[in-house]
Amino acid sequence: MATPAGSGADRPLVRAVNVTKSFHGTQVLKGIDLQVRRGQVVCLLGPSGSGKTTFLRCINQLESIDGGRIWVDGDLMGYREERGTLHRLGDRQIASQRRDIGMVFQRFNLFPHRTALENVALAPIEVKGISKQAARERGLQLLEQVGLADRSAAYPAALSGGQQQRVAIARALAMDPKLMLFDEPTSALDPELVGEVLRVMRDLAAAGMTMIVVTHEMGFAREVADHVVFMDAGVVVEEGPPSKVIGNPQHDRTRAFLRRMRSEEDRAQL
Amino acid sequence: MISEHSLEEAADRPGPISARPVPHPWRWVAVAGIAVLVAMVASSLLTNPRWDFGLAAQIMIQKPVIDGLLKGTILGTVGSMAIGVALGIVIAVMRISENPVLRGVSFVYTWFFRAIPRYVLLVIIGSGIGYLYNTLQVGLPFGQQIAGWLGLSSDLTIGSLNVNGITGSILGGILGLGLSEAAYMAEIARSGILSVDPGQREAAQALGMSSGKTMRRIVLPQAMRVIVPPTGNETIAMVKDTSLLIAIPVIAELNYQTSAIANRIFKIMPGLVASTAWYLIICSALMVGQYYLERYYGRGFGQQRPKTRRFARPAGAGGA
Ligand SMILES: Nc1ncnc2c1ncn2[C@@H]1O[C@H](COP(=O)(O)OP(=O)(O)O)[C@@H](O)[C@H]1O
Ligand SMILES: [Mg+2]
Repeated sequence: MATPAGSGADRPLVRAVNVTKSFHGTQVLKGIDLQVRRGQVVCLLGPSGSGKTTFLRCINQLESIDGGRIWVDGDLMGYREERGTLHRLGDRQIASQRRDIGMVFQRFNLFPHRTALENVALAPIEVKGISKQAARERGLQLLEQVGLADRSAAYPAALSGGQQQRVAIARALAMDPKLMLFDEPTSALDPELVGEVLRVMRDLAAAGMTMIVVTHEMGFAREVADHVVFMDAGVVVEEGPPSKVIGNPQHDRTRAFLRRMRSEEDRAQL
Repeated sequence: MISEHSLEEAADRPGPISARPVPHPWRWVAVAGIAVLVAMVASSLLTNPRWDFGLAAQIMIQKPVIDGLLKGTILGTVGSMAIGVALGIVIAVMRISENPVLRGVSFVYTWFFRAIPRYVLLVIIGSGIGYLYNTLQVGLPFGQQIAGWLGLSSDLTIGSLNVNGITGSILGGILGLGLSEAAYMAEIARSGILSVDPGQREAAQALGMSSGKTMRRIVLPQAMRVIVPPTGNETIAMVKDTSLLIAIPVIAELNYQTSAIANRIFKIMPGLVASTAWYLIICSALMVGQYYLERYYGRGFGQQRPKTRRFARPAGAGGA
């Protein structure tokens, strides 16, 4: 699989090397390595507080990293390297790096003062300078894709959690991202609404979108992920195809975590 | 299949509620008391000839009064609130910026302009500035000193302004009231900005919006919901504070003009009634404006009612 650096399509879309991050002197990422190839779906598993959210936020520079490097599609995130010296990028340059990376939050974070369609069309208009007409048309198309064409005029407060999260996915897709980051997209949802969001994500994966998904939905990870990464306490404990990491985990911490998840799922089914 | 038994049961099932409301005897006592007071005030207003509402109404429509109302009170309020809101938001954004110099400037500004009484500020602007700086010269900073060192004949001035002509006019008054207002508006705007969920900013940034665009398109529009009500308060206070314009001195202003006429004809109360009536009218208009602003910025927050049902009764309160 070894290919010369920088040679087009085979180069990993995301390459994180030895990423470290501390909050107030406490290290929460302790040297994370990750590679994601184009079209791959990577699921990040791990107990609460293991640093999954932080790592996802580092990828699109919502957090700056203390050490290591993150490249997305060959671009060093957050910095410019010039003759061996790193220069922090300015606000606008970081903003332009984020344009190609969609993010879906646990708590949706839809803009409450905008309708569903306006939520989806806003960034293309404001950031890409696309005409209002074109952005609306594309927005309607995306809302249809997530099954919400009929709710385009609704404000977020009038939508269910599952509908809000699907609008949030459409909003991220409107920027035509080459990478989508999902941070526990179904954790804030009532159980009966989880399925509709996962279905949209499955469709997206099937359409070839590159995705990094933090999730506790083991079924989704097993069926959709190409690669599963288990994190604990700021390190990658174990990674590989779902059949290995979920089906036949090698590490005690992974096994303990999966056992806990399974008993929770059983409880939910009772 | 519906059996007789189940039909009977259906008839027994409780139907719509028509209950007596909770009795509120003290409300009726209060209403009676207020009615008596209103009657007393009304009778005094109507029977005491010294109120002289006819004269008050005439004073209200005198040309100098109308002029003062438009060019002093209304223009002064609009101008100073425009400066106050715009500058206030800038100062609020500076206050929460990551740049310590901007934060410091913002803090000192708010500290200074909140401490100084508006009347004193207007006297300083109206008389003091023109005394200290006769003309304002537009050119390089320290142009005169630099020209001196270099031995130039020119003092590097591009143009100059007559300071007294500005600070001694309504412009000076608008500037002074606006600068003072900005200090209060900054705190109002800051609390509005802080009321917006940080997740909103992150969502906007994750979409690739710059900080400035995030502030303008996402944060401020939501902050407005919190900013508008106290700003309505500030605007109404400012209408009345334009009576301080006399400190500049600007006499084309409502309160000065009504009392000038009243003093001339020795009818103090009708003069006061005339200005009070105008202030009431302006403030009523402002409250209507505030209602619509609040409705606009409340959209999506479940506070606004659909336009077509604006006068519909709340669900459940209706009846035959
Ligand atoms: N902004 C922050 N300030 C301080 N500590 C933080 C911050 N964000 C996360 N942390 C801490 O970092 C650790 C990892 O958090 P997080 O990345 O949210 O974990 P996960 O998403 O896996 O549950 C936690 O201990 C959390 O308390
Ligand atoms: Mg998390």
